[in-house]
Amino acid sequence: MVEIVIDHRKKAKAGIEPRSNRDGARLPVDDIPELEPPLYAARRKIYPQSVRGTFRRIKWAVLIVTLGIYYFLPFVRWNRGPDAPDQAVLIDFPGRRFYFFFIEIWPQEVYFFTGLLIIAAMALFLMNALAGRVWCGYLCPQTVWTDLFLAIERFVEGDRRQQMQTDAGPWTAGRIARKGVKHVLWLMVAWWTGGAWVLYFSDAPTLVTDLATGQAPLIAYGWIAMLTGTTYVLAGHMREQVCTYMCPWPRIQAALTDEYALNVTYRYDRGEPRASVKKSEQLRLEGLPAGDCIDCRQCVNVCPTGIDIRNGAQLECIQCGLCIDACDNVMEKIGRPTRLIGYDSEVNLQRRLAGEPPVSKIVRTRTVMYALIIAAVGGIMLYALLTRHAFDVSVIHDRNPVFVRMADGAIRNGYTMRILNKRHETRRFAVSIMGVPASVIEIVGLPLGAAHNVEVGPDQSREFRVLVNNYEFAPPASSPITFHILDLQSREWAQTRDHFRAPERPR
Amino acid sequence: MARREIDPISGTETTGHEWDGIKELNNPLPRWWLWMFYVTIVWSVGYWIVYPSWPLITSYTQGVVGWNSRSAVAEDLAALRARRAVMADRIAVASLDEILVDQQMLDFARAQGRAAFADNCAPCHGAGGGGAKGYPNLNDDDWLWGGKLADIEHTIRHGVRTSDDKARQGSMPAFGRDKLLEPADILAAADFTRSLSGLPVAPGADLARGRKVFADNCAACHGENGKGNREIGAPDLTDQIWLYGSGRDVIAEGIANGRGAVMPAWAPRLDDTTIKSLSVYVHSLGGGQK
Repeated sequence: MVEIVIDHRKKAKAGIEPRSNRDGARLPVDDIPELEPPLYAARRKIYPQSVRGTFRRIKWAVLIVTLGIYYFLPFVRWNRGPDAPDQAVLIDFPGRRFYFFFIEIWPQEVYFFTGLLIIAAMALFLMNALAGRVWCGYLCPQTVWTDLFLAIERFVEGDRRQQMQTDAGPWTAGRIARKGVKHVLWLMVAWWTGGAWVLYFSDAPTLVTDLATGQAPLIAYGWIAMLTGTTYVLAGHMREQVCTYMCPWPRIQAALTDEYALNVTYRYDRGEPRASVKKSEQLRLEGLPAGDCIDCRQCVNVCPTGIDIRNGAQLECIQCGLCIDACDNVMEKIGRPTRLIGYDSEVNLQRRLAGEPPVSKIVRTRTVMYALIIAAVGGIMLYALLTRHAFDVSVIHDRNPVFVRMADGAIRNGYTMRILNKRHETRRFAVSIMGVPASVIEIVGLPLGAAHNVEVGPDQSREFRVLVNNYEFAPPASSPITFHILDLQSREWAQTRDHFRAPERPR
Repeated sequence: MARREIDPISGTETTGHEWDGIKELNNPLPRWWLWMFYVTIVWSVGYWIVYPSWPLITSYTQGVVGWNSRSAVAEDLAALRARRAVMADRIAVASLDEILVDQQMLDFARAQGRAAFADNCAPCHGAGGGGAKGYPNLNDDDWLWGGKLADIEHTIRHGVRTSDDKARQGSMPAFGRDKLLEPADILAAADFTRSLSGLPVAPGADLARGRKVFADNCAACHGENGKGNREIGAPDLTDQIWLYGSGRDVIAEGIANGRGAVMPAWAPRLDDTTIKSLSVYVHSLGGGQK
């Protein structure tokens, strides 16, 4: 007869009644009913209990700050002069600009976002290497909004025990009313969430007025409806299912962690074997082993993903730390040291079991690498941001024809030049070339022989066709050419390099 | 049912399948996931009813709302035309010279011209108007039929050597094939033609004979100095640009067999605004003349 350990958490999920085993009983294989396994797993509704403590306070603070930023940032004003929007953070799609306080980003500078995304990814990895799923537990929008929705649910329907009792009972008028109020409140939060989203894409006060009076574009209402729906469904109904089944990060995270990373951990070296307060005291008197865990299941009751942290590191665990608070509260009441559940690393667990002092190793290859990448990318972005011009020039050589022979024998190359003026005023620039001797330039649309002064309107870019005629007898097949653009008023300049092409010289 | 196998670590049943020692756990799907799967099936049925979907023997199911991708494209095109109309209408009534000095109209015409050029002209003249042997380069400042805006527009509208009444007409006779000149005269004329633009001449070339042949036969069209005549499309022979090449044999071949390339008349195929935009675009390539 084969003996196997049955994980009752999984069995329960599979819809099979857990058998009575409180102490990891081993069940013989033959006892499993010979049933066709179900096609699906019915979801167990989770009723997380409210809890007070350090980590709960941290989570409230993070929730207030992040949601506060999200909901109110569009209303922050930032003066940019008369011809520019005065919204501090604005994604202006029709105008193709992104405004962030003093920074204005053009579409061709989208590499700043690439940099931000790299930093975000590396920050996620660094957090993970230091203290596990900090993102999942405290910062992820799914966690934050779910937390808010849970708080609303408890406010209307009462705490865990009351909710479970009500849900098990009949549909009374009071129950219907409370459920109704909850869903209305949820929908209001969800609607405000979608509403705040669209405000980032248009002038917020104007859009609020337009939305209220029915004047706003249909697309705004569409987005609000969509995000209201996703917020209501994901934060109100899907909750931990999003983290367990939809999100890729738990899978990636498991591969990126190591034995030095802090994780929310049940210190089984201290907790096992479990026994009630009375029984453990008795066992200790008898000189028998007794752990600190009294199996009160408070850590399970407060868990928003419905797992038992005492089973070790699990995919479902978002490491929000609420079980730490729950366990600490109990430990204080029964006069035992706190942090039976706490942030701990695998290596320290093993060292304690071996009787060695704990170590903390923050400086590791991976943390140093992540920090270096963040510093490097951040440094490059900062440098690019500080040194970028209020105007810019780019030149593209004609691809066809590469060069043209003129009637008088000159070789001509055509270029498409684009000058960007990021100032909110019209500016004049002088265009000149360097590097190719015996050449004259011509700008299509400007009179020949005129000073090559071009005008670019405020906050605009303008394209010019620039022709370079070379009167050398036989210029080299390719020579570097530099286009120099000088702001006639501020004397700022910018330049860019390209090539001047000519037919191969006969050998 | 076959022997059930339980994975000892997770306590979950396996599917019984094994790949290189790795076994698949038979975790059940979440119920909502399964529902979503059923919803997509129901959705597809609705889609069949609403939209065109099933192929029939000679036709297909049309769908109850009558949508199809052809009419959708037509609608999109109509919407695009309406958006362009603001500028297109201005270009339609403006003269070519007015377009050239108005920045907005110029930008629009060049953009529209570039697209129309790629669709209609690029097969012969090249994507950037760089030309090929026998197909003029439109970037240079040498023009067979004139490089002013109005000249370019006329050429595009009526074509070269077409049946259009106003088409550019004029052709180079086949002096050799039609027995108008002796082979030796043709070679002498070719040598003389090369000398007009300063190209080196083969040793022993009889330039005096060539000059006489040229004056008697070629000057009527190409001019006494070989400067050409844009009225009849006779190229300037003194410049550095050679449509067919500057080799002695290529020139002699042209004299012997004549030349007479054609270009279609675009007036019947393109609308007025497009032709105007094309003219402005070609003019702005770099060779346009005032």
